[in-house]
Amino acid sequence: MKALVAMSGGVDSSVAAALMLEQGHDVVGVTLKQWEGADGAMPVAGCCTVGDAEDARRVAAQLDVPYYVLDYVDEFRSEVVDRFGRSYMEGRTPNPCIECNRTVRFKALLERTHILGCDVLVTGHHARIRHAIDGYRLMTAVDGTKDQSYVLHMLGQEELAQIRLPIGEMTKAEVRERAAAMGLRTAGKPDSQDLCFVGHGDYRTFLREQFPDSARAGRIVDNEGHELGTHRGTVDFTIGQRKGLGIAVGEPRYVIDIEPRTSTVVIGKRRDLEVVGCDVDQVSFVAGSAPAEPEVTVKVRYRSRPVPARLEAVGSRWRVDFATPQLAVAPGQAAVFYRGEEVLGGGIIDATHRAA
Amino acid sequence: MLYLDHAATTVVRPEVREAMAPYLDQHYGNPSGVHRVSQRAKNAIEEARERAAALLGAARPLEVVFTGGGTESDNLAVAGVALAPGRRRGVVTTTTEHEAVLETARFLQRLGCPVAFVGVDRLGRLEPEDVGAAITADTSVVSVMAANNETGVVHPVARIARTVRAADPDVLVHTDAVQAFLAEDVTVADTGADLISLAAHKLGGPKGVGLLYVRDGVELEPVLHGGGQELGRRSGTHNVAGIVGMVAAMEASVADRPAFRARVGGARDAFEVRLGELIEGIERNAPVSARLPQHAHVRIPGVEAETLLIRLDQAGIAAAAGSACQSGAIEMSHVLKAMGMTETEAAGCVRFSFGWVNQPADGPRAAEMVADVVELLR
Repeated sequence: MKALVAMSGGVDSSVAAALMLEQGHDVVGVTLKQWEGADGAMPVAGCCTVGDAEDARRVAAQLDVPYYVLDYVDEFRSEVVDRFGRSYMEGRTPNPCIECNRTVRFKALLERTHILGCDVLVTGHHARIRHAIDGYRLMTAVDGTKDQSYVLHMLGQEELAQIRLPIGEMTKAEVRERAAAMGLRTAGKPDSQDLCFVGHGDYRTFLREQFPDSARAGRIVDNEGHELGTHRGTVDFTIGQRKGLGIAVGEPRYVIDIEPRTSTVVIGKRRDLEVVGCDVDQVSFVAGSAPAEPEVTVKVRYRSRPVPARLEAVGSRWRVDFATPQLAVAPGQAAVFYRGEEVLGGGIIDATHRAA
Repeated sequence: MLYLDHAATTVVRPEVREAMAPYLDQHYGNPSGVHRVSQRAKNAIEEARERAAALLGAARPLEVVFTGGGTESDNLAVAGVALAPGRRRGVVTTTTEHEAVLETARFLQRLGCPVAFVGVDRLGRLEPEDVGAAITADTSVVSVMAANNETGVVHPVARIARTVRAADPDVLVHTDAVQAFLAEDVTVADTGADLISLAAHKLGGPKGVGLLYVRDGVELEPVLHGGGQELGRRSGTHNVAGIVGMVAAMEASVADRPAFRARVGGARDAFEVRLGELIEGIERNAPVSARLPQHAHVRIPGVEAETLLIRLDQAGIAAAAGSACQSGAIEMSHVLKAMGMTETEAAGCVRFSFGWVNQPADGPRAAEMVADVVELLR
């Protein structure tokens, strides 16, 4: 089998490539050039940088496999970065990694896999694919602290049939051990934390530069509309945020709503953040159809635990009712449905429901 | 592996390797010293200079300045003249020059020098009158490449030089002949140029060494400052083995030139003919009447060069497209853009370049292999 391995220059995809090779497959390494500065060069800081491509190239050379850099700058800008900005401008908290997986990595690159003469696409994601009798299943990673199944929820049967995630069976520590044992230069490389196109600066600085409207000054009000202060742009706020409000009132206050059109930030008390449910659109199910049992667990943020909830189809959308009220559920984030270790599917949170 | 990227760089000739070897471990001296070890090295580069000058038809050996390669030669020629004391500061060049000239021109522009870029037609051809018309009272140097490194189009440098001199005899003419030297007659008389850039590695010589012919009397502001080697025009310890290798490669190229045109041109022509039979809609991107015999720069509609190059590599054929950025991704070629191609058209262009090692029979064989890959992608 010929495997196209998406190599980011990190330790996970380095080991993924090495494992495929070890299993006797032919390997072709690629790095996606997704973002560039005004001069057309790759960024020097962040995750898809010249240095990372160089690490990927060096690992590929060490493994003695062909390696190429593929230009996905146009797709990435229109499908991921512009959407990220627009979504923020709508007062949402988007997850660009999910959009990237949906439109670039597991769509454009997956289609390209066969055009490049390969049979499967391999990535260094921490998640597992099971080939069961009734089809493919997507499972959480063995290493719960590194599980990335949340950003892979959009994968369906067709995609899973053509994808391999070899390191989902290993803990991060094991991945690093393997990398060290093989002498891979990326063995000790720190995990990337930032959004790849943002670099060392935080994403708020990025948004201010790329989407100046997000930096419009506005009012901070309470949920009765009383003005409590002003701010320098809705870009600085996320639902559930407590720090950096610049407001001194006795009880802790949180951002409970963002209205970008009027550039207004609404703050409230902890209980104002509680939601009993949410509406989810762009929903897909890994199996191709919704589970028969509506009882699932749902993860509403990348770094949160799945909580019990009930699914119900409402037109083209799905309504999620949490068993107990949840805090800081932000439209734009994904709601991913699980049953135990299995990912059932998910979508993007469109609206939240507060307790009556 | 069928290597069809000889325009990027090519195989070092055996006689070059042999000529260089003694200067790595036997005559390893620094030519700038006093003792006998240095004297041998010094003698080697001066002999090389004489031989290079003879090949170029230079009036004096010291018109040859050894450099660290084609890029450095271009920098020294363009910036060296435009920044020379007492000279005018203006530069006239073309939109399809190598980046070594283009970026030097832009650098000078940032320093306040007036710079003009002359455009080309759809096949990359340059009109000598357009170059003449771009000359102003500020113009100090005109830089026009002898042949384009991507498409292989050959420019009428001698005619351009005459046009320039007719417009203003004080304007100097530089030509980057890095790509042309292998197949074209490049001498001072043939080009009419005051400055000529060459690089060794395109000729079957080593990488990292080049030369600049500088007509006697032309003053240059140095680009590299230091110990004052090369009469102060290029500081830095001489790359003795490289210089010896460069001249050996030049001599071999000049001796092989007529045969190269027949042999390698034959391979390229047969390649194109067979490719035309096998791939529908394929187009040449350079004029048949004025191009290097080793270049086949083609557009294959419906195929993306990025994908094609990877599939060709898998099939054992090395080819090129555009220029690779620092990351290794292919970028839109400024040459094709200057020729008026859209981004989509340019993305379907690939350069196959043959080299001194190729035989006519390599052409049809390569065409079959390329066509098989294109077939897969269409």
